Amino acid sequence: MKITEDTIQYVAALAKLSVTEGEKKKIAKDLEDILDYMEIMNQLDTEGVEPMSHVLPVKNIFREDVVINENNREELLKNAPKQKDGSFAVPKTVE
Amino acid sequence: MKAYETVIGLEVHVELATKSKIFCSCTTLFGGDPNTHCCPVCTGMPGTLPVLNKQVVEYAIAAGLALNCSITRRCKFDRKNYFYPDLPKAYQISQLYLPICRDGGIEIETSAGKKTVRIHEIHMEEDAGKLIHDPWEDCTLVDYNRCGVPLIEIVSEPDMRSAEEVVAYLEKLRLILQYLGVSDCKMQEGSLRADINLSVREVGAIELGTRTEMKNMNSFKAIARAIEGERKRQIELLEYGKCVVQETRRWDDNKDTSFAMRSKEDAQDYRYFPEPDLLPIEISDEWLETIRSRQPELRDDKMLRYEKEFDIPSYDASIITGSKHLADLFEETVAICKKPKEVSNWLMVETMRLLKEQEMEAEDINFSPDHLAKLIEMVDQNKINRTVAKEVFEKIFKENIDPEEYVDKHGLGMVSDDGLLRSTIEKVIADNPQSVTDYKGGKSKAMGFLVGQTMKEMKGKADPGMVNQIVKELLDK
Amino acid sequence: MKDITTMTALDLGRAIKQKEISVAEAVKAQFDIMKLRDPSYQCYITMMEEEAYTQAEEIQRRIDAGELFNSTLAGVPMAVKDNICTRGIKTTCASKILYNFVPTYDATVIEKLKQAGAIIIGKTNMDEFAMGSTTETSFLGATKNPWNTECVPGGSSGGSAAAVAAEEAFYALGSDTGGSIRQPAGYCGVTGIKPTYGTVSRYGLIAYASSLDQIGTIGRNISDCTAALEVISGHDLKDSTSVNQLNYSYREALVDDVKQLRIGIPTDYLGKGLDEEVREGILNAAQIFRNKGAIVEEFEMHGVDFAVPSYYVIACAEASSNLSRFDGVKYGYRTENYEGLQDVYKNSRSEGFGNEVKRRMMIGAFVLSSGYYDAFYNKALKVRAIINEGFQRAFEKYDIILGPTAPVTAPGLGESLSDPLKMYLSDIYTVSVNLAGLPAVSLPCGRDKKGLPIGLQLIGKHFGEKDIIRAAYSFEQAVKYERPISLTETNKETKHISSDITKGKGE
Repeated sequence: MKITEDTIQYVAALAKLSVTEGEKKKIAKDLEDILDYMEIMNQLDTEGVEPMSHVLPVKNIFREDVVINENNREELLKNAPKQKDGSFAVPKTVE
Repeated sequence: MKAYETVIGLEVHVELATKSKIFCSCTTLFGGDPNTHCCPVCTGMPGTLPVLNKQVVEYAIAAGLALNCSITRRCKFDRKNYFYPDLPKAYQISQLYLPICRDGGIEIETSAGKKTVRIHEIHMEEDAGKLIHDPWEDCTLVDYNRCGVPLIEIVSEPDMRSAEEVVAYLEKLRLILQYLGVSDCKMQEGSLRADINLSVREVGAIELGTRTEMKNMNSFKAIARAIEGERKRQIELLEYGKCVVQETRRWDDNKDTSFAMRSKEDAQDYRYFPEPDLLPIEISDEWLETIRSRQPELRDDKMLRYEKEFDIPSYDASIITGSKHLADLFEETVAICKKPKEVSNWLMVETMRLLKEQEMEAEDINFSPDHLAKLIEMVDQNKINRTVAKEVFEKIFKENIDPEEYVDKHGLGMVSDDGLLRSTIEKVIADNPQSVTDYKGGKSKAMGFLVGQTMKEMKGKADPGMVNQIVKELLDK
Repeated sequence: MKDITTMTALDLGRAIKQKEISVAEAVKAQFDIMKLRDPSYQCYITMMEEEAYTQAEEIQRRIDAGELFNSTLAGVPMAVKDNICTRGIKTTCASKILYNFVPTYDATVIEKLKQAGAIIIGKTNMDEFAMGSTTETSFLGATKNPWNTECVPGGSSGGSAAAVAAEEAFYALGSDTGGSIRQPAGYCGVTGIKPTYGTVSRYGLIAYASSLDQIGTIGRNISDCTAALEVISGHDLKDSTSVNQLNYSYREALVDDVKQLRIGIPTDYLGKGLDEEVREGILNAAQIFRNKGAIVEEFEMHGVDFAVPSYYVIACAEASSNLSRFDGVKYGYRTENYEGLQDVYKNSRSEGFGNEVKRRMMIGAFVLSSGYYDAFYNKALKVRAIINEGFQRAFEKYDIILGPTAPVTAPGLGESLSDPLKMYLSDIYTVSVNLAGLPAVSLPCGRDKKGLPIGLQLIGKHFGEKDIIRAAYSFEQAVKYERPISLTETNKETKHISSDITKGKGE
């Protein structure tokens, strides 16, 4: 499967990563090798097989609707790179 | 100009009335200082994990049943991946592959008649946080209090053709959900929000036109205006031979126009996949039956019952049941004083007048059924007259005062002391010789004037029956 | 004459209970060794000396008060992999993007350890976000293998495994997503156990791939691993995938008896790609089991070749989503180089993550992206089902499955990273265990001609921890634990204590 530099650009955008023009070629090659290898899965007939996202047949795990609320704002913001007025601060999101 | 048809589908987000959030034990209370209703789980701290609130599932099932959906007996959650500061995990836990309810519908009624709006699906998901744009500094502040508040998203089929139908659908939806108790559906607090998918096509065309999605709808009025505006915009484009672009638009109700939201830097590719941190939900027959058996009486049934059981006009029944809160108030008051017609009267006339005057919604009514019931009793027992009762009711409506205490404190009890009334009326007659002459000359209206003057003199507290009787007696002497 | 740090964890625990050694003495001996050796091996990202002494005082008090009576490991110094959240202690995942992150909460396993009186002495090095097989992708530099400092310790729990081998900790916690406990345990000549998925709470474990991650223990023998596993396992309401089990008393299985135990060796586990000396080591181990009365036979297990691609598709997909929260907004590294929001995201992430992590996030984004989901991600989930099915069938015939932990012994530093695909392929014997959520243990079974340890892997059925613990314990009775030879040279300065207290078993 051919992985183009455009694909790398697209995937990097989805992952919110920037890749330089110089890196693209190498990354494309690595990904191409890896994805080619992954395609050996196609040799296995999976017709009618149910995709398995959970290994164990556990279900219906719930908690009751009970409030245990402490105001931990100070702790929550402790690791924030930038904060203001009790909130996390980011560059303006609208123009 | 060609004839066009508007095709509308809605995605309605409803915040559920649970006490705690969908995946953690934080409160869902509206408001609060920024980031005070939060914990490591709902703020997406590394290593934390979600645990599903059972009540969310039960509310979603209750909504599905009331909206005539089939319930997906084995459903699960998926992750929707995108970056935005209001989404701390950079994915929203939602449902794509197996939503909890599918294939439902409700009947609406408009001037064009009755029709069914089909519901494609209902899925459960978590709400995002709130962004506050700092006016003084070039930054946006992120408040995660709303983050993780449970939502159901109700997705309709594109079955609506006008703003009127959309509003009828939303009204109906709101009433059903309020009656179920699954949501308060307060639009101004964002607990009911609608995204509008709208396209136009030539009448008779089979293919749907290209649709736009409008967000940011915070009132029925804005929705109606936005639909009208967008319909016109799309028709104009087509008339000029241009194309409608599939995009998300933001309705600005102040400017009465919509804007294309800045197209996201990247293509939208949400990369949904099954949420590995949550396990599948299996809804057994027993569970479903338990929820079904708990379903309350919904509006349509309640309306019919009021007409039959309380013998009130269907118009009144429809107004009272038009708000769950009002209906509850009605039933609770009737349960105390056993006078449905009286209660209905107070709600239909005085309450409606005051709501309009105060620009309030029925949901905001704040007085207790005890106080209204007591007021009705007091009138019935001639403890106060109707004029005073209206005045007292206004106090009840505004401040939820106890009418008995209030009447006592302000000396508003009805005066039926014959001597006092007689001497007051004699004075009124003496002061108004012209009216006496008019009366004697056959103008019976003059008596009304004298009664009114007496009531005024008595500050409205006089027993009106006795005043009438004494005025007449003295005039006819 | 023997020094404290060469004791097993259980022996030290016993000596502490019997007041032969104080907790403070143990902590002191441990930090002396850590200071002496860590410059050579670089097992630790954060050492917690001050906290350890404070804990020591508290634990000693509790022990003296007669508490912690049943805690076999009370007062024993231990290390925690740096992807497990520790309240008030930096937790970095060996990544620049979390270089300054201090959790305000403890992982459930940490709460349990504290309750049991464990002394946490530090946070160990690892591959960045547990993505790697060598501990070389760490933002802070590689950990060295105590058997040969020119070699990698394996990964991703390389710091934990090396610390245990180098006697810089009595036991350690690791996490295992595709072999991250077993493979470094194998390379470092120690024992590591990854329990059945759902046995140990993941709450507070910074996720790599949620459906595969599981915390486990690393020790110098199976008894220590088992005792530690008993402490950390248990049902947790904070982790929906935690499975409530009737019985967590794994120590009951520390019995020297494999008579009639049915052991299967998949022929594919001995086939192409397996180093000849490793192969010999494994066959030799199989013979030891036979000699002890087990029934050992080779069998055909299908789907072995498909485990690595299925694993990497699923792991990368989940990782791409799990690691999206590191965006420079709420915690961790934020670039200084930004104007708008998109810059904060892109630059913080590009500067904060290392190449291997970025590669896996991009693979993950790709296999989930529209148009490729079915061909890659959904296909991988189906392959996963088939692999699981294969194991279920095998466990109808066998109690445990035996094989190598890795195809080779520890490679040299710098040999693996240049070819990612080759590195992924070396996980062939470990990843299928995670795909199927099975328990497995790696234990040393001899050394190759270079003197490097060979890892033997025993795989059990779901919740079959006791089967593999019993087998590992029996094997240990025949094959003695070996210390890395290099340690004797750096050992001079440690404190000596009388020998009578170390007569306990386990050595």
